[in-house]
Amino acid sequence: MKITQIQTTEDDHRIAKLAAFAIALHMVEAVIPSPLPGVKPGIANIVTLYVLYQYGFATAAWVNILRVFASSLLLGQFLSPTFILSLSGALLSLAVLWLSMYLPKRYFSAVSFSILAAFGHIAGQLIIVRLWLIPHAGVAYLIPVFALAALFFGLINGLITNKLLVNKSTKYTLQPQTSKVTST
Amino acid sequence: MLNFLRYPRLLTKQLLIGDWLIILLSLLAVYYLFQTLWSNEHAAKVQIRIGDKIYATYSLNQQREIHVHGKIGDAVISISQGKARFTKSPCNTQYCVHQGWLTRAGQAAICLPNQISLELLGDTKPYDSLNY
Repeated sequence: MKITQIQTTEDDHRIAKLAAFAIALHMVEAVIPSPLPGVKPGIANIVTLYVLYQYGFATAAWVNILRVFASSLLLGQFLSPTFILSLSGALLSLAVLWLSMYLPKRYFSAVSFSILAAFGHIAGQLIIVRLWLIPHAGVAYLIPVFALAALFFGLINGLITNKLLVNKSTKYTLQPQTSKVTST
Repeated sequence: MLNFLRYPRLLTKQLLIGDWLIILLSLLAVYYLFQTLWSNEHAAKVQIRIGDKIYATYSLNQQREIHVHGKIGDAVISISQGKARFTKSPCNTQYCVHQGWLTRAGQAAICLPNQISLELLGDTKPYDSLNY
């Protein structure tokens, strides 16, 4: 019997760790009720943005796509319309991020990236909604609401990312936590 | 952690000039989207087009049914109390009929198979002056 050994690189481990962060945030978000179906803060994108700054576009793309697939499996939405929407949004926001890498870093911080990616995200989702789920011109009425939500949450996520990048000198390590038992 | 609530300057000083530009442009874009897609202006007229030609423009201040001969058959368009809709259409999908009543200026219903479209016009559409 032949045993195939999969060689994992340090990059793989890093991507897996970061994707785990993103998946955890996605899970937290899944239980937050939303006033309008489809309007979500997208806090998992903070991880994507942080990774983009720290490790480059390829790692960020891996983390984001892994997050979409793994979260849909965990929530039981794999290959459902929700998953397709999530994937199309993630792909278009990644495309927007790739383009916005050409913006000069001197004048544009993570806030710009975050807002642009959020707009890319809703654009990707609305295209799928219009073409496949609701082929009806009435979808246009939702666009302003989604755009406003994208601007608002994009701004907040961007500010949080900025904060994390400023604090990056502080080491966040992924060590198993030992619970402290305090006797009273 | 939450001290930015007391000192908003902590938040704004993170923002670079490009960020302000993006925020400003996004706000303008969102404002523009609300203006164009959520117009609450009442419509005055309905314009019916067949293909790329204007077939007729009717006042919405009447009650009538209009029979229009499109590319694949006869469609019926109803006008009633400031609203207009497709009532019958020979197309397979019937999206145009299901769209229901159009009430606001700028709304449109398009029947692609039959090549007929309705558009509601308000009193203050900028291009009215070009058409008339």
